[in-house]
Amino acid sequence: MSESLDVNRTAKLFIGGKFPRSESARSFEVHDQEGNFLANASLASRKDGRDAVVAARSAFSAWSSATAYNRGQVMYRVAEIMQGRRDQFIAEVSAWSSIEEATIEVDAAINRWVWYAGWTDKLSMVTGSNNPVAEPFFNFSIPEPTGVVAGFALSDSPLLGLVEMIAAAIVSGNTVVVVASDRTPLPAVSLAEVIATSDVPGGVVNILTGYAKEIAPWLASHMDVNGIDLSGIGDSELAVELERSSAQNLKRVLRPNTHLDGLSRVKMWLETKTVWHPRGY
Amino acid sequence: MTFEYADAPESTSVVTVKSNYRHFINGEFSAGTAGEFATINPATEEHLAHVAQGSTQDVDRAVSAAREAFTKWSAMSGSERGKYLFRIARIIQERSRELAVLETLNNGKPIRETRDVDIPLVAAHFFHYAGWADKLEYAGMGPNPAPLGVAGQVIPWNFPLLMLSWKIAPALAAGNTVVLKPAETTPLTALLFAEICQQADLPPGVVNIVTGDGSTGKALIEHSGIDKVAFTGSTEVGRQIAQAVAGTHKKVTLELGGKAANIVFDDAPVDQAIEGVVNGIFFNQGHVCCAGSRLLVQESMYDNFMELLYARVNTLRLGNPLDKNTDIGAINSAAQLAKIKELSIAGDEDGATRWTATCELPAKGFWFAPTIFTEVSQSHRIAREEIFGPVLSVMTFRTPDEAIEKANNSPFGLSAGIWTEKGSRILQVASSLRAGVVWANTFNKFDPTSPFGGYKESGYGREGGRHGLEPYLKVGA
Amino acid sequence: MSTSHNNDTSVSGTFEVPDLTSNAAMTKFLFGLPGVDKVGLEERAASLGTRSIKNSAKAEGIDLAISMIDLTTLEGMDTRGKVRSLCAKACRPDPMDATVPQVAAVCVYGDMVGHAKEALGNAPINVAAVATAFPSGRASRRVKLMDVQDAVSLGADEIDMVIDRGAWHEGRYLDVFEEIVAVKEVCGDAHLKVILETGELKTYDNVRRASWLAMLAGADFIKTSTGKIAPAATPAVTLLMLQAVRDFHRQTGTVIGMKPAGGIRTTKDAMKYLVLVKETLGDRWLTPDLFRFGASSLLNDLLMQRQKLSTGAYSGPDYVTVD
Repeated sequence: MSESLDVNRTAKLFIGGKFPRSESARSFEVHDQEGNFLANASLASRKDGRDAVVAARSAFSAWSSATAYNRGQVMYRVAEIMQGRRDQFIAEVSAWSSIEEATIEVDAAINRWVWYAGWTDKLSMVTGSNNPVAEPFFNFSIPEPTGVVAGFALSDSPLLGLVEMIAAAIVSGNTVVVVASDRTPLPAVSLAEVIATSDVPGGVVNILTGYAKEIAPWLASHMDVNGIDLSGIGDSELAVELERSSAQNLKRVLRPNTHLDGLSRVKMWLETKTVWHPRGY
Repeated sequence: MTFEYADAPESTSVVTVKSNYRHFINGEFSAGTAGEFATINPATEEHLAHVAQGSTQDVDRAVSAAREAFTKWSAMSGSERGKYLFRIARIIQERSRELAVLETLNNGKPIRETRDVDIPLVAAHFFHYAGWADKLEYAGMGPNPAPLGVAGQVIPWNFPLLMLSWKIAPALAAGNTVVLKPAETTPLTALLFAEICQQADLPPGVVNIVTGDGSTGKALIEHSGIDKVAFTGSTEVGRQIAQAVAGTHKKVTLELGGKAANIVFDDAPVDQAIEGVVNGIFFNQGHVCCAGSRLLVQESMYDNFMELLYARVNTLRLGNPLDKNTDIGAINSAAQLAKIKELSIAGDEDGATRWTATCELPAKGFWFAPTIFTEVSQSHRIAREEIFGPVLSVMTFRTPDEAIEKANNSPFGLSAGIWTEKGSRILQVASSLRAGVVWANTFNKFDPTSPFGGYKESGYGREGGRHGLEPYLKVGA
Repeated sequence: MSTSHNNDTSVSGTFEVPDLTSNAAMTKFLFGLPGVDKVGLEERAASLGTRSIKNSAKAEGIDLAISMIDLTTLEGMDTRGKVRSLCAKACRPDPMDATVPQVAAVCVYGDMVGHAKEALGNAPINVAAVATAFPSGRASRRVKLMDVQDAVSLGADEIDMVIDRGAWHEGRYLDVFEEIVAVKEVCGDAHLKVILETGELKTYDNVRRASWLAMLAGADFIKTSTGKIAPAATPAVTLLMLQAVRDFHRQTGTVIGMKPAGGIRTTKDAMKYLVLVKETLGDRWLTPDLFRFGASSLLNDLLMQRQKLSTGAYSGPDYVTVD
């Protein structure tokens, strides 16, 4: 019986469809809930955050103008690839929970992608309208993505919470920069690998590992970020500071502990555009 | 033979302007604790009345009244709430001339606009939301839509009563109670509206109106007893509000500034485009957040278009806002006039070419002649900053892509205009513009069924239609 | 004359005369004209309709409007007596008030031209004749030209022709154009008004194109309607044609007149039309030489309003003559 040494994965960042190490060349140790060493994860810097925003902005035009059918298929593809790596995700998530809990979370995460994939071509129907104005105009309102959304993931739902955050934003054409929980980042690294192999265009989803308190202020004050999801910001003082700083360019802010999910969360990152046109010849 | 329009002033006898106005709290007019300030007619600088300056205590009293009223109002059946709103809509129609004249007196905008645009839209807005009050579960906000509580609302001076209706109608329909602070320079129609609430027998405390300056607004927005902030005004103040509510549970909607591009392609219906451009920037003296203040004209038709535009702008009649033939009224305040002048001078200094309509300005009051700057570059201040006055900045473009790029090159994203006879171009350009309202072959159209609000630094949330209910309801999963 | 709101635009003189010899070239030119947005056009016309015309403006406007009327009778049952009566009214609209101006012209069928001329005598009132198989225009060109020739030889000062709407809807724009040119030639010194019959052109785009076609062909006036088809003149279609007149002047330097006809019955309506002219073309066009009303019952309403202004009391139909 020959023993083969494990080839350990280097946990890297995911920016613009590529897997760079942090430009700062730093990393941090990730431990399971018993304190056992699991890996060194890349420790993203503010500059990595900046690069991720640039990547997200570059990807926005194409992703937001892709057909809803196309976005739906791409998101469904993420579910397919995740399904194939189900055991790996369960193993990773169970570093901080029981196998049973991890199984539930991973299956729920996969199902979440499927659920969101089906939403892409229904959002406009459900959140749009044709408005019967009192003059001879054809008038309609349609949802459009806000732009680049930055988000900070919850640590106690390392996969499902992250999927919810990402999917709720990209389903309508937003692009995202998410910072995984510093306690539980490894499922996020694997999710990045899934996304990279799922036809999701580079830059649509950018995943950083590191400390929210280090990167978040830069993303909150970033003038080219349009929305900010503070769900994973447990420190309430930091959350207030980030919300204040987000006011600089009137970012749409999802406060912590708001517990929005599903369509309400999707709507956080939607703009309503109303178009008027006269009728007549 | 000549044919010159004689003076046609609207009579002011329909309005009784009182010497003093007090806050409207808990269904009654009551004195404030911080003295008074004067409100004037900006077209003549004549004193109109003294108005209460709202203090923190006044705001506190109003919020308490609204909180007290919330219990019953939110528990009332939607159909009963709706009937109150229908009543209000009807009384507004009954007293429309009075409201129009008072609005013109206090704001300086032409009676033609208050009579034909502002007041009819106010009534329509209440009428629309009245019908929503008992149909909230059909609004698509979840199965059990619930009101938020007390809404603190701060509105601007450019459409005083119309902005009041945009705020109060959806709030009440959804079951909230409100404390509203009208703009410092235009409080009078809001206080007449308070009388209308009394005539409608609206339960005390459902609508409270506290007058005052910016500090009153600040006290309201920062009050811990409110659950919702709705603000229309400048981006600068919007930013401060967004900061002030950080860490609270207050739900916020902000309708802020704009610098809309009005894009005219060479195949536009020219005469209608001219009207749209004129209406886009000179309607309400350009005191419009969604004004088409940047004109983007395709180079191939620039000369012809500008020639027609200058000729048309020279026909605008500036003067007494009460005259039924006046197109351009007064600037709302000395402060606003100073700001318009300052930015216009910046236009000169940045190297743009100024053209001014040939009209005489009255000796008294605050006035600014319709002004067009050409040879404006994207880098000029007048191409980037909101002037909020009758000043148009003209730029050119060569291709649709260039037009879109220039139009979107702004921190604002409230509105935009497109003029072309080609349908496919309209749809493509409309979808590429990062703006909340896109007017194609028209401009500055408003309707209670039509959502209004901006992208980017123009704010968030929508007012009008089904979308306009969402900011006043708890939305769950 | 005050120039405070005079919006005469200068002649830019850049006009390149289109190729007027092939239908393809004519079509290309007409389709190159700017489109018209219905809602915006009607909105602008309605907005100008809210101008408040009071006191001195109303007095001026009423006299101006009276002086611009082509007092019209176009009935199958027109008789010499009817035409004589109309001419008397044209010369002396209000028998009780000699300060009332005379109308610009009487407008009759071709066979009545001689009777009208006779009845008007030396009065400075023109006789206008409708021609070219009015109102349908459905006759051969030979017949139409004879129709015009007849009226001219009877002494008609003005010819109101109709365009061939059938040819228009077939896309034979050159035929429509050439017919106007031919009529113009037969007119000689008589002024030619070209009736577009906008109620049969149906779209505003067609109205703008037909206006240009008529002006290029030599029309002295363009006119909305025969009065036999609804809708006849409307503020919107009149505004559009005034804009075409303005553009034609800007580009060619040629001054063309405008005549809305049909459906204009009240003083209030007439004032709205004067406002359209004033604010679209400027004061220069506020003369019977360049603007006419094709109307019959309008005159009595103008007279009653005029009496109201002078007496302060509302007048009634018994105080104006029914001719």
